[in-house]
Amino acid sequence: MSKGSKHKVKKFGMVIDLDKCTGCGACMVACMSENNVPFKENESKKLDSITWMRVYKLENGKSFPEADICFLPRPCMHCEGDRGHAPCVSVCPAIATDYDHNTGIVSQIYTRCFGCRYCMAACPYHARYFNWRDPVWPEGMEKFLNPNVSPRMRGVVEKCSFCHHRYQLALDKAYAEGRDKIEEDEYQTACAHACPANAITFGDLNNKKHSVYRLKKNPNTFRLLERLGTNPKVYYHSSREWVRRAGDNYLKHEAAKA
Amino acid sequence: MSETQKVSASDNKRKNTGGTTILFFLIGVAISLAVGWVIFPKLLYLKKSQPIDFSHAVHNEAVGDCDSCHFFREDGTFSGSPTLAQCIDCHEDVQGDTEAEQIFVEEYIAQNKEVPWLIYSKQPDCVFFSHAAHVKKAEMSCESCHGEIGTSETLPIYEENRITGYSRNIWGKNIAGIKKHTWDRMKMDDCGECHEEETGDKGSCFQCHK
Repeated sequence: MSKGSKHKVKKFGMVIDLDKCTGCGACMVACMSENNVPFKENESKKLDSITWMRVYKLENGKSFPEADICFLPRPCMHCEGDRGHAPCVSVCPAIATDYDHNTGIVSQIYTRCFGCRYCMAACPYHARYFNWRDPVWPEGMEKFLNPNVSPRMRGVVEKCSFCHHRYQLALDKAYAEGRDKIEEDEYQTACAHACPANAITFGDLNNKKHSVYRLKKNPNTFRLLERLGTNPKVYYHSSREWVRRAGDNYLKHEAAKA
Repeated sequence: MSETQKVSASDNKRKNTGGTTILFFLIGVAISLAVGWVIFPKLLYLKKSQPIDFSHAVHNEAVGDCDSCHFFREDGTFSGSPTLAQCIDCHEDVQGDTEAEQIFVEEYIAQNKEVPWLIYSKQPDCVFFSHAAHVKKAEMSCESCHGEIGTSETLPIYEENRITGYSRNIWGKNIAGIKKHTWDRMKMDDCGECHEEETGDKGSCFQCHK
């Protein structure tokens, strides 16, 4: 929290309802086009693909009729850790990533990053990606890039920013209208906007009026690898116990949280 | 005997070369400094003239203030340099008797071609600068960052860094980075300095980066 700031500190976060997610991948597409995420001519080699938002497929490993699957969208978790001590932020030797105490968003500054990839090793969620080459856009596509997001170059790490540029633009609009605060619907991430099943809810986790505040309190809500102490700001919700158990490395006979 | 003579002779030689070495060293230093501080900056920046010689003073008298042409859009974004749409209301035909206006009307207005203005304060891609936050929220005047551009008769020469392609106004005219006014330099540390003074905090990365 900045010194002398009288405003209530925001903590933007997400609640993703895994019971609603159909695995359609609209969030991934929306994210890529919103954030100028580069892609390769042949995307079949997934090892060096870049996906700020990635949908994973979970299976319960049982046979019919108990067989069940679940799709799990995974953006950057924007870990708070212990008062901003996110795993990636604390290891960066270049201060190319920081934890914003006013919004709770973990940044990534491409022009400052020199590509050591220490943060990628530190991130337990594989949310960070390395640019192995300069982006090559299909002819004419460079004219349709989002001007509010700077494109990345070869040799730097990138990740989900919770569409921070949308927050900046929402604030600009508020200032121009003489307001200081923005409404919940004025700042929404591209994935939350695009989700046809309304599985992704985005908002300020500190604001009682925002729906994420209510949703995160649900007993069926969990976070990924919570016991590592990363204190992520992306919550998941599922009524299925095996899905909730899949969120962490529980021992066979250990009871899952909640 | 001849041995000692030889030794003293070579000693003398050594002393002589010592003097010339220092002389050449000093000449070398002087040349290097001249190259680094005078010649290199001259070579580094490509001088470009604006497509039209524009007088802010004349226009300011006619329209009254900056935001008649440099206005905020409804969504809070800043329009920056005006497009033909703003100029065409007054300049559909030649009004004055200046050569610059004649060129503007004939070559741009008549052909419906946008003027390729060179933007002095254009920041790199990774920078997010919000005019709304500074002008609307913090109620800063245009002059506090842009100086007395509103009363200038002509546009200054635009200097482009040949290596980075950025405008010289970002680094500043002074190659040593010494500044007297806010508008002398527009680097990240200058943003941070003012933010620290005014808000008590340099802010986080994403406040000014995108």
